Amino acid sequence: MVDTHSAAAAGDNPFVLEARGVIKIFGQSKALDGVNLGLRRGEVHALLGENGAGKSTLIKILTGAYQPDGGEVVLDGEPVRFSDPLHAQSHGIGTVYQEVNLLPNRSVAENLFLGRQQTRFGFVRKSLMEKNARELLSRYGLDIDVQAELGTYSVAVQQIVAIARAVELSGKVLVLDEPTASLDKYEVEKLFEVVTQLKQRGMAIVFITHFLDQVFAISDRVTILRNGRLIGTEPLAGLSRTDVVRMMLGKDITFAPAVTGIEERAAGPALVEFKACGKAGKIHPFSLKIRRGEVVGVAGLLGSGRTEMARIMFGADQCDAGEIRIGDKPVSLTSPVQAIAHGFGFCPEDRKIEGILGDLSVRENIVIALQGKLGWFKALNRDEQMEIAGKFAEDLDIRAASLDMPVKLLSGGNQQKVILARWLATDPSFLILDEPTRGIDVGAHAEIVRTINRLREEGLALLVISSELDEIVAYSSRIVVMRDREMVAELTGDNINPSVIVQAIAAQHETVAAEGASV
Amino acid sequence: MNRSLRPLAATAVIFALAYAASIFQFPGMFSTRVLGNFLTDNAFLGITAVGMTFVIISGGIDLSVGAIIGFTGVLVAVLIGWFGIHPLAAFAIALVVAAAFGAAMGAAIHYLEVPPFIVTLAGMFLARGAASVITQDSIPVTHEFYSTVTSTYWLMPGGGRLSLIGALMILVFIVGALVAHRTRFGSNVYALGGNAVSAALMGVPVARTTILIYTLSATLSGLAGIVFSLYTSAGYPLAAVGVELDAIGAVVIGGTLLTGGYGFVAGTFIGVMLQGLVQTYIIFDGTLSSWWTKIVIGGLLFVFIVLQRLVFSASSSRTKTFWKLKHE
Repeated sequence: MVDTHSAAAAGDNPFVLEARGVIKIFGQSKALDGVNLGLRRGEVHALLGENGAGKSTLIKILTGAYQPDGGEVVLDGEPVRFSDPLHAQSHGIGTVYQEVNLLPNRSVAENLFLGRQQTRFGFVRKSLMEKNARELLSRYGLDIDVQAELGTYSVAVQQIVAIARAVELSGKVLVLDEPTASLDKYEVEKLFEVVTQLKQRGMAIVFITHFLDQVFAISDRVTILRNGRLIGTEPLAGLSRTDVVRMMLGKDITFAPAVTGIEERAAGPALVEFKACGKAGKIHPFSLKIRRGEVVGVAGLLGSGRTEMARIMFGADQCDAGEIRIGDKPVSLTSPVQAIAHGFGFCPEDRKIEGILGDLSVRENIVIALQGKLGWFKALNRDEQMEIAGKFAEDLDIRAASLDMPVKLLSGGNQQKVILARWLATDPSFLILDEPTRGIDVGAHAEIVRTINRLREEGLALLVISSELDEIVAYSSRIVVMRDREMVAELTGDNINPSVIVQAIAAQHETVAAEGASV
Repeated sequence: MNRSLRPLAATAVIFALAYAASIFQFPGMFSTRVLGNFLTDNAFLGITAVGMTFVIISGGIDLSVGAIIGFTGVLVAVLIGWFGIHPLAAFAIALVVAAAFGAAMGAAIHYLEVPPFIVTLAGMFLARGAASVITQDSIPVTHEFYSTVTSTYWLMPGGGRLSLIGALMILVFIVGALVAHRTRFGSNVYALGGNAVSAALMGVPVARTTILIYTLSATLSGLAGIVFSLYTSAGYPLAAVGVELDAIGAVVIGGTLLTGGYGFVAGTFIGVMLQGLVQTYIIFDGTLSSWWTKIVIGGLLFVFIVLQRLVFSASSSRTKTFWKLKHE
C-alpha cells in the first residue's frame, strides 16, 4: 500500500506528482474513492485495472481534464489545481493518448511546434522549425521527413512525435495512455527504447496498458485500481503475473469456490464451427465449435481479443483466413445481415452506442431486428409489433411504464433485456452476448444470468463474454480464455473455476496444461 | 507528391487543357485582353473566395458572403450618394461594419456552439434583409473618385488592361496565400480544420481563431462588395445573389477539402479563373445560354469531390511504415 506521507520519507527521491485521497463522483456513483498515487523521478509506473476501475478518471484528474471532488493533487510537494490539460502541461505534466491527439493533416514539424512557432516579421520561420524538428526527433532515433504530413506515418511514428512534443513542453511527468494498443511487436520495442531513455533522463512515466507482458517488460512499480478503489502500489520485482491478475480481478485463488458446475451436455454435433478464423492485427486464428444447448464462456482481460472474436462471429468484421461452417456446410459470413439470416444474434458490449436506439420506443427496439430479417415488404403492423414486444417484455420481465416510451429512459438492466428481446424475437439459434451484465444493478444481474440458463435449456447455443469470473463459471459449459488477442486455453469440467481462469489469463501455460486443459 | 497537392495539380491541369481547347477553337481567347477581362469581371468573386478558403479549411462554411457583398454595396452607395461622404471614408465604414458582422458570427459559432451553416445562413438573411430595408432600388454612384478608379489600369503586353480591381484581387490572393501558409494564424486555421479537439489540446486559441476566420471572410466580402460597386458603379440590394455558392464552388474546385484541414489559396485562384474561362467561352461562342456556366461548374464540382474522395481514401491507409522498412 502506498503511504501518502512517504514523500518525505523517500528522502532522496520524493514524489514529483502525487494524488492524495482523490475522490471523483459522477452522478451517484463514486468513480474514484480515496485513491493515492505517487510518482517518482525516473520510474515507469504502470497503472492497471479493468474497465471502470477508474484509471482514466485518475489520469484526467492528474492532467487537469477533471477536477477532483475530494483529496488533492500535489506537485513537487505543493498542492495544485489544474484548470485544464494545457495548464497541467505548463507545469510539466504531458499526456499521450492511444488515439494520437495531434493533427494528421499538418507536417511533422508543425505538429511538434504548433502554438510556439518562431516568427520573423510575423512569418513563421519554416526552415528553422524544420531543422529544430529534425534535431529533436533524432534524439528519439527517428530520422524522417519532417515536412511530410503526420497522417502519412504509422501510428508508432505518430506516438513518438506526440511523446517528443509532450516531453518538450512538459518535461517532468509523461502519461502514456494505452500507447501500444495499435502497435506491432517491433514498434512496441521501439517505443520502449524511447520510454527507457526518458526514464534515464529522470522523467516520471505513467504507463497504462492492458498487456501484462508489457507491464513486466518495462515498469518499476505498479498501482492497481478496482471499482474506483486503490488495491495497492507495489514494486513489480516482487510480483508474479498471477498476483497482478488476482489484484485486478479481485479473485483470491486459495479461496476459490468449488464449482458445482453444469453437466456438460452430450457432445452433439456442432451448430456453428469456426475453423482457424483470424484477422491480422485484431485476433490470432481461433477454432471453436459451439453446440446447441451449451454456453461457451469467454474470459480474458479487456483488450485480449474477446470483442474482436465476437465481431468476427457476427460478421461485423471478416476474418482473413479460415472457414465457418453451420452444420456441415461451409457458409459465408461477411455481414451482420448474413449472420442474422443464419439465425445469429449479437448483444454488443457497449449497450448505449452499439446496442439500443435510445430515442426509439421499447417496442421499436424490440422488433427492429425481426423486421430487418423479414425485409421491407413484410412490414409488421402496429398490433403485431405490440404483441411481439409485449410477449418478450413479459417473458424477460422488462419493466417499462409503457412499451412506447423511449428506451433511453430505462435502467441499464432493462435496456439489456430489451436488446436480448430484440434478438430472441428473431428466433435465433446462436446468440452472442458481450458483457451482458456490465453496469446493471444486482437484481437485474441475477435475472440476466437466469435468462442465460433458461435459453441454454431451451436448446440455444450461446457465447457469453464476461469479466465477472463468478458469473461466467456459473453458467458456462465450457470456457475459452483469451490473452493478447489469442485463444490460449479451453477449459472444461473441473477446470471451470476462477483460479484456473486467472492462471490461464496470467500466462501460466504449464499449470493449465498440467491440469488437462487443451491449449 | 504530397497527397493534398494532387487535387490542386488536377485543377491546374484541367484549367490548362480547357484553356488550350478554347484557344484551339477561338484563337482570339489567347490574349492579355481576355485575361484582363477575366481578372476584372471576377475580382469580387475572387476576393470573396479567398475568405471562403480560410473558412472551409477551418472546417466551416460561410453562406453570408453574397449577402454581405450586396449589403456593403448598398451601404457604400448610400453613404456616398445620400450623405455625401467621400468614397474612401465610405469604404472604411463599410469594411468596419462587415468585419464587426463577421466577428459576431464567429463569436456565435464558437460560444453558442451553433453550426457555422446555421449561423451564416442567419447572417445571410440578416444582411440581405438589411440591404433591402435601406432601399429596394439600385442606387447609382456618381463620384469622380469612382470614374478615376474605374479608368485606372496598367497596360499589359499585348494590349490587355489590368484594372485596379483586377490587381487588387491578385494582391488579396498573394496576401491570403502568405497568411495561410506562412503565419501562425494560418497554421491555426489548418489545425482547427484537422481536428478541433486536438488543436485545443495543443494550445491553439480556438475562440480567437474562429472569430478571426469569420471576421476575415466577412471583411473580404465587404471588400468584394466595394469592388462590385466600383465594377457596376451602383449599389443594389439584390446584387451578388448566390455568389456564396460560386465562391464555395471555386474553393472546392481549387482543391480545398470541404471537410476542412486541406487546401490552398492558390488553388482557389485557379478555381475562380476556371469559372471565368467558362463564362468567356460562352461569350465567344455566342449561341450558348449563360446557364451553361452553372452546368459546367456543377459537373466540375462533382468531378472534384469524387476526385478528392479517391485521393484521400486511397492514401488514408498508413503508407509510410518507416520502421518496418528499416527493420527488414
